[in-house]
Amino acid sequence: MYTTELQKTASLGATEDPERLAAFEARVAADEFIEPKDWMPEAYRRTLTRQISQHAHSEIVGMLPEGNWIGRAPSLRRKAILLAKVQDEAGHGLYLYSAAETLGTSREEMIEALHSGKAKYSTIFNYPTLTWADIGAIGWLVDGAAIMNQVPLQRTSYGPYARAMVRVCKEESFHQRQGYEIMMVLAAGTPDQKRMAQDALNRWWWPSLMMFGPPDADSPNTAQSMRWRIKRETNDELRQKFVDITVPQADALGLSVPDPALRWDKARGHYDYGEIDWEEFYAVVRGEGPVAKERIAARRQAWEDGAWVRDAAAAHARKHGRREAA
Amino acid sequence: MASLPPIDLPSNATGAGAFDAPAGVEGNPLFEYLLRLGDDSLVLGQRLSEWCGHAPSVEVDLSLANMALDLIGQATLFLDYAGEVEGKGRDGDSLAFHRDVLDFRCCWLVEQPNGDFARTMARQCLFSTWQHLLFGRLAGSADERIAAIAAKAVKEVAYHRELASEWVIRLGDGTEESRRRMADGLDWTWRFVAELFEMDPLAGFMAEKGIGTDLAAFRADYDAAVRAVIEQATLPPPPDQRPILGGRRGHHSEHLGHLLATMQFLPRTYPDARW
Amino acid sequence: MTDWPLWEVFVRSKGGLSHRHVGSVHAPDAGIALRHARDTYTRRMEGVSLWVVPSAQITASDPSDDAAMFDPAADKVYRHPTFYTVPDDVKHI
Repeated sequence: MYTTELQKTASLGATEDPERLAAFEARVAADEFIEPKDWMPEAYRRTLTRQISQHAHSEIVGMLPEGNWIGRAPSLRRKAILLAKVQDEAGHGLYLYSAAETLGTSREEMIEALHSGKAKYSTIFNYPTLTWADIGAIGWLVDGAAIMNQVPLQRTSYGPYARAMVRVCKEESFHQRQGYEIMMVLAAGTPDQKRMAQDALNRWWWPSLMMFGPPDADSPNTAQSMRWRIKRETNDELRQKFVDITVPQADALGLSVPDPALRWDKARGHYDYGEIDWEEFYAVVRGEGPVAKERIAARRQAWEDGAWVRDAAAAHARKHGRREAA
Repeated sequence: MASLPPIDLPSNATGAGAFDAPAGVEGNPLFEYLLRLGDDSLVLGQRLSEWCGHAPSVEVDLSLANMALDLIGQATLFLDYAGEVEGKGRDGDSLAFHRDVLDFRCCWLVEQPNGDFARTMARQCLFSTWQHLLFGRLAGSADERIAAIAAKAVKEVAYHRELASEWVIRLGDGTEESRRRMADGLDWTWRFVAELFEMDPLAGFMAEKGIGTDLAAFRADYDAAVRAVIEQATLPPPPDQRPILGGRRGHHSEHLGHLLATMQFLPRTYPDARW
Repeated sequence: MTDWPLWEVFVRSKGGLSHRHVGSVHAPDAGIALRHARDTYTRRMEGVSLWVVPSAQITASDPSDDAAMFDPAADKVYRHPTFYTVPDDVKHI
């Protein structure tokens, strides 16, 4: 699961009935779940649809960089693990599309928005996977960052989203471990393997920190999203938590985190880390990541190449409707 | 409909000039036999996993990955066992990643490229139907390990067979385009069916021992099952084609070398590394 | 083209339990819907039985009728065994 706040939260229109709005806000504040047929402000519906579909797109696009290595996994065990993991991501995309559909947008509309570039997905997947160590680094860092993000979302206010996240979290528990295990083997391996591992950490570290989204000062919608319980911790809080947990893990591998400013701040009880290159982040959000074009081209092609299959099955169902209708 | 192509091999075929001619029983027959079983699953699993992230819908992506996972699991069990039987310190990984084309024992059908979804489903239907009938028999093998692996795998491939058959039916009896593609997919794969039933000396030897099985014994069941699916798909029966043989003796299509080049790249490039 | 219709998926996790809603899948027909449900929702031995139902076939109560639908049950306390006082020394009642 990979969600980053990439688009603005929709602003509340003046048209909402203040009484219903107040009742809604009270329910959310009391940690009640909102269900599909319940009344909800349009802005809540729009913001959630965007957030969940963006999250779903990230799962589906996220299959590509790792899928790139299934055919080249170096052992039968690694091949099975990686295939199962990438398959899980397809499943998670599916759970999330389903959750978003309950808000009234069809999956097809969401997919079209992805293919046209209108909908965003996590910036992290616009970087290439060059070596086998990248599969380790993605599991360890990218899934690690994702877990940080998604655990609180199990308590998000929208019922179908929260339930999808519970399922996702349960299934993802092995993803980060398999990545770290790959890194451990490489870091303790031949000089070539060590080099791969360090290089992968160098390339994936900063993009992983960017996954948490812009700094709080530049996230004006955080307050609204937190009030609606569709976000439960701020970007900077989550990022700090991630750094604090991950740096000792890198130490244990004997790899160095590519940040000269990184140091333990005893007074704060946290690691200080260097300035993130936000220019890079926004460029990748705009679709200027190194392999952004490849990612979208691959998704479009899969969808277009599959059109005749979807049509054929639908045509078959129409012909045999009476027999097979449930 | 026409029957699937018969194999009329001369009893002692060693005729000069044929692409492939059956050899006698050489080396360790059980090892060779396990390679056939393991390589079929391995190569088809590798092929199916190429779909991951590119299938016609997210749901279909999940289905294809499930089948690939089953097949890779079977390959691991068969090849690990093959390594033990050989007794030279090789395991499933060394067999999967350190043999070249001439030492692979898979059939031509599984090494065929995915093509479009129709060809993938044609390949799957023809292969899984056979594998299902085969494993059903191998579950009673005199070799306990083979019997145990087959008993587990027969449930997996029963599902593969059903799923692939459902898709062949839908694509054959779907739109004009899907019908054409499904017919093309069957046409492409049809010539490789005979090899599945080839009783060369090794297969015969293993059947005699009660470890393998007489493939001819379920040929009629297979033909009837495949015919029923093609009929339900409202497709004309594919015309007979000349059987292509050789995989069981290391004589493969050109495709296998490329598949291995991809699959084996890391262990080959870094021979001293462990992963 | 339009996407395949949506189906709601229900899984019985083990014998003796009722089917429980777990999510949905898109599929062209009931047969494929079952397979999609199997491949999506029972990858980790989550089930022993599956139902799929076309989402469009589900009739749901309207939350704005909540009060009329469900509140009248609230004051029927006499439906619950704890409503009744029975002396402590009277057994098996």
